[in-house]
This record gives sequence, C-alpha cells and structure tokens, in this order.
Amino acid sequence: MSPGPTYPEEPADPFPAPPRTVEDGKDREIRFVALDEEVPERLVEMYVAFDPADRAQGVPPTGEGAIREWLSGLFAGGGYNIVAKHGERIVGHATLVPDTDEAYELAIFVVQGYQGAGIGTELIHTLLGYGQEEGVKKVWLTVERWNHAAKHLYEKVGFHESGTEAFEVEMTIRLR
Amino acid sequence: MDVLLGVGGSDDSLRALDWALRRVRSAGDSLTVAVVSNPESERSPEEMEEAVRERLDEADFEAEIRHVKGNPGSALVRLAEEEGFDELVLGGGEESPMGKIRMGNVSEYALLNSHVTVTLVR
Repeated sequence: MSPGPTYPEEPADPFPAPPRTVEDGKDREIRFVALDEEVPERLVEMYVAFDPADRAQGVPPTGEGAIREWLSGLFAGGGYNIVAKHGERIVGHATLVPDTDEAYELAIFVVQGYQGAGIGTELIHTLLGYGQEEGVKKVWLTVERWNHAAKHLYEKVGFHESGTEAFEVEMTIRLR
Repeated sequence: MDVLLGVGGSDDSLRALDWALRRVRSAGDSLTVAVVSNPESERSPEEMEEAVRERLDEADFEAEIRHVKGNPGSALVRLAEEEGFDELVLGGGEESPMGKIRMGNVSEYALLNSHVTVTLVR
C-alpha cells in the first residue's frame, strides 16, 4: 500500500520535537507528548467519545473493543504516537505507522470541541519533529478528495500531492 | 439471480470470492467469475484462475470462469450490463497500514458507472 508516486527530493525543514506546550487559538494550554509504550486509557476514552461524523476512511473504528484492538496495533507495531493533552484529558492524537519501504503512514484526530484552534497543525509538527529525531525519512497519508480543510492543513505543513487516483488524495513529505 | 464476481490478482479478490460463494450457495444463485488482467497485481490471470478453480472445487460449486481483457473496471461493468447480470460483486478495498479503507480504481469506477447493483466485499 506504499505510494507508488514520488516523495519530494528536498527534505523538509526541522520540525519541533516533543514534549512541548503551546497555547491554542482559544487560549488553552495544550501539552504535546510522545507516548509509545502502552495504550493510555485516556486515549481509549477519547476515541470512544469520538463523533463518527469525523471518521475518515473507516478510522477510528466504532465500539470500545474495536477501538482497543486498533490502538494496540498502532502502539505495538514500531510506530510513533503523539497526544495533545489539555490538563489530564487527551484531546488529540497523531500517529506514524510503519509501512514497507521505510515509509510511514500518518493520521491525526482532534476531538470535536478542540478543532479549529490550531491543535491539528501543532500535533503534526510535533509528530514530524519526533519522526525526524527517530530517523524517519518518508511519510505519506491519504485524505478524502472533498476534505479541503484537511488537505489545506497538510499542504501548509509541507506535504505535496503525489496521487489522486481514487476517492482519496495521496500526499507525501520527506523528513531527512 | 445471476451474480458476476470480478477478480484481479489480489488477496482482496479471493476474500470477495469466499464471500460471494457463501452468498450464492445459500440463495441458490448462479455465479460467474470474471478474471481481469492487471499487470500490477500479485498473480497472473492464469494463476488467479487456478486459485479460483481450487476454491470452487473445495466448495463443490460450479461456476463459469471467464477472462476479461482491457481496462478492468470498464470491462467488468460492460460485461455485467450487456449480459444482464443482476449483481456485480467486487473486492471492496484493502486497508492501509493504519487501517484506513483504500478503494481501488476498479471499485471506484464500478460504483460511479455501473447500472447493475454493485456489492463491495469488506
């Protein structure tokens, strides 16, 4: 499932690495931390309460059992995870999942009450900074063709469109 | 009903075959399997035909196997429409490493163009 298309030749500029604290667009203090060992219960809670209207291409799954199974795959498989915390509550999650060919697939999720405040952008920045630290070279993602807000966000971060064959657009970035 | 199953060379297609077999057997439908040629797929059309035949034998079910040339999506839709099939069954999309559903070109083409009912197997 690795993108056939190409990655940019030039690596992106350095991204900020975790942990970091940023004030979001609504003056909330949001802390971004790396989490790679176990699936935190707070993250399960975030996805159990997640609005199905914000699902993308079948993820996150619905139902606590399916959510736990999905998350354990994201945490056990040698990937990288960043969460956004407001106090003790987890309000966003970004993940890099290893693919073949040294490439990683990226996805981010921000809970409904925290969208539109810049948290998604900071989540991606921090995740890519973490990836750079860990030696990740290539990252790809897919986004539904009609999801202009998300596409715009990924472009601003530095992703380039690499394929638009199906319902989703494929985008790539080179980190190193 | 007359069911047309389109298969490429992927595991996705074999999953669709297993599903279609269960359905047509319980409903008493007839099944035709159309093998498309996709140069990018893991198996050649001949290997695919063999894999399909093996599964049909195992299930002790008789189905016609045909080979379809040209663009897989348009060839399957044309066959389904021209020969009056009631349903076109296809593999409905593989999953990315993180579990996102990714729909292939053939499924997308069939969904947007087929006048025959399309079923995507998940």
